[in-house]
Amino acid sequence: MDVIRHHYWDLLAGFGVSLELTLLGFVGAVVLGTVLAVFRVVPVAPLRSVGTIIVEFFRNVPLLTLLILVVFGLPDIGVTYSLFTSAAICLALSGAAFVCEAVRGGINAVPVGQAEAARAIGLSFTQCVRFVILPQAFRTMVQPLTNVFIGVALSSSLAAAVGVAELTDRAHQLTLRYADAVGCFLASGVLYLTLALAGATGGGWLERRLAIKR
Amino acid sequence: MTPDRVLFDAPGPRARRRIKIITVLSLLALLLVAVGALWQFSRHGQLASDRWQPFSQTDYIRFLWVGLEGTLRATAISAVIAFPAGALLALLRLSLSRPLRHVATAYVELFRSIPLLLLIYAFLLGLPRYGFNLPIFWKLVIPIAMVNAAVLAEIFRAGVRGLDRGQAEAAAAVGLRYWQSMRLIVLPQAVRLVLPTLVAQLVSLLKDSTLGYVVSYPELMKQANDLTVYTHLLIQTYLIIAVVYVLINFGLSRLANLVERRLRRRGVQGPLAAPPGATDALGIAAHAVPFDARPID
Repeated sequence: MDVIRHHYWDLLAGFGVSLELTLLGFVGAVVLGTVLAVFRVVPVAPLRSVGTIIVEFFRNVPLLTLLILVVFGLPDIGVTYSLFTSAAICLALSGAAFVCEAVRGGINAVPVGQAEAARAIGLSFTQCVRFVILPQAFRTMVQPLTNVFIGVALSSSLAAAVGVAELTDRAHQLTLRYADAVGCFLASGVLYLTLALAGATGGGWLERRLAIKR
Repeated sequence: MTPDRVLFDAPGPRARRRIKIITVLSLLALLLVAVGALWQFSRHGQLASDRWQPFSQTDYIRFLWVGLEGTLRATAISAVIAFPAGALLALLRLSLSRPLRHVATAYVELFRSIPLLLLIYAFLLGLPRYGFNLPIFWKLVIPIAMVNAAVLAEIFRAGVRGLDRGQAEAAAAVGLRYWQSMRLIVLPQAVRLVLPTLVAQLVSLLKDSTLGYVVSYPELMKQANDLTVYTHLLIQTYLIIAVVYVLINFGLSRLANLVERRLRRRGVQGPLAAPPGATDALGIAAHAVPFDARPID
């Protein structure tokens, strides 16, 4: 436990990096995923196919493979980002595939009659999407989006495998240097648990806020 | 039902013309992106045939094949451990004894909320200090099974909860005991209800096996890494194995879809007819709450 007392600052700094990665990755995933969802629903065949291919690729490729491809592979064609940026990009890309499915699922769950009624009373496409479809779709999207957030938070640990100094990496380094293994892993486990629980609690709160009160 | 039924009316003549124009423009844009990417590759000499040719040689293929075998072995063995363990955890969580319920709940919540890599490092560096030095294969497989058992337990439990209560009530009414009704009535139907999600979870197990790279177990990622040390064909090797992973996982997802369609044809449809894959965010220790997911396609 002495190691934790002397190096808690180290672990907390790592937690900060993990948090940053998670937030950047999640926000990036939501933005990219929404764009992909737009690609997949517009009545333009090539955009649809490209959207489908991108989603299937990033949903099925293991994150570690993606990370290593971006960190070690892309410099070969002259595309180089810092380790942190690479990790954030990879998290955003793999999260985006799941966000896209969540957005599409949310839109799907809106009864067709709602949109037909909106068009029948003369709302334009933008108004229809903004006032009728999205508010209802968002309600069903909260749960899957919460899952994506927690997924991104836990996956951010894989950045340690390519050398980003985040929580898992710091715990790893401390264990290599000092004898106290259990303490480091317990402490970082608790930090991850907090992050995941915070995500789940936030999602639950949002879901209750958005629920229709009858 | 496709989203465009919700979002768009049937297009008229003007809308059809506009769609045609946008189609042509987007094709041009996509072509531009593709040409740009290829140009970037060729500018750095990565398209040269001597950088791709080696992958048609048998010794290269055999080297990667060993990795693929390792990946499949790790995935299969962790599935063999994780599925029964997940089912057991779900049963404990549903059992009548309060302490057992609490223990199972604590396990599930804990292992769904810590990253697999942290657990693997604990097995790799932590446990040997206390005299637990397992072979490398088990340092990879046991953490994968531990984490995925928690996720699978939630899927099994969702199946039991998604089943019509009348089934258990009828079983009780004809005089079956709790475990009898579980074994004979509830579980067989519950498992069938979540079968597509269970198959889709194999994707997550396969993805997790890439962490063999960290423990130096010769699976596909590790073999690819070793290959690049000698050949320096980084982007080629990793692109190829990325495609291999995508193909296998895509096949598994298709299998899950197939299972779901067959079950639906036979009339098995609960609130759980969830899209495979939609429930496992990133496939790594995701918080599967399948009963809230909705069909997508």
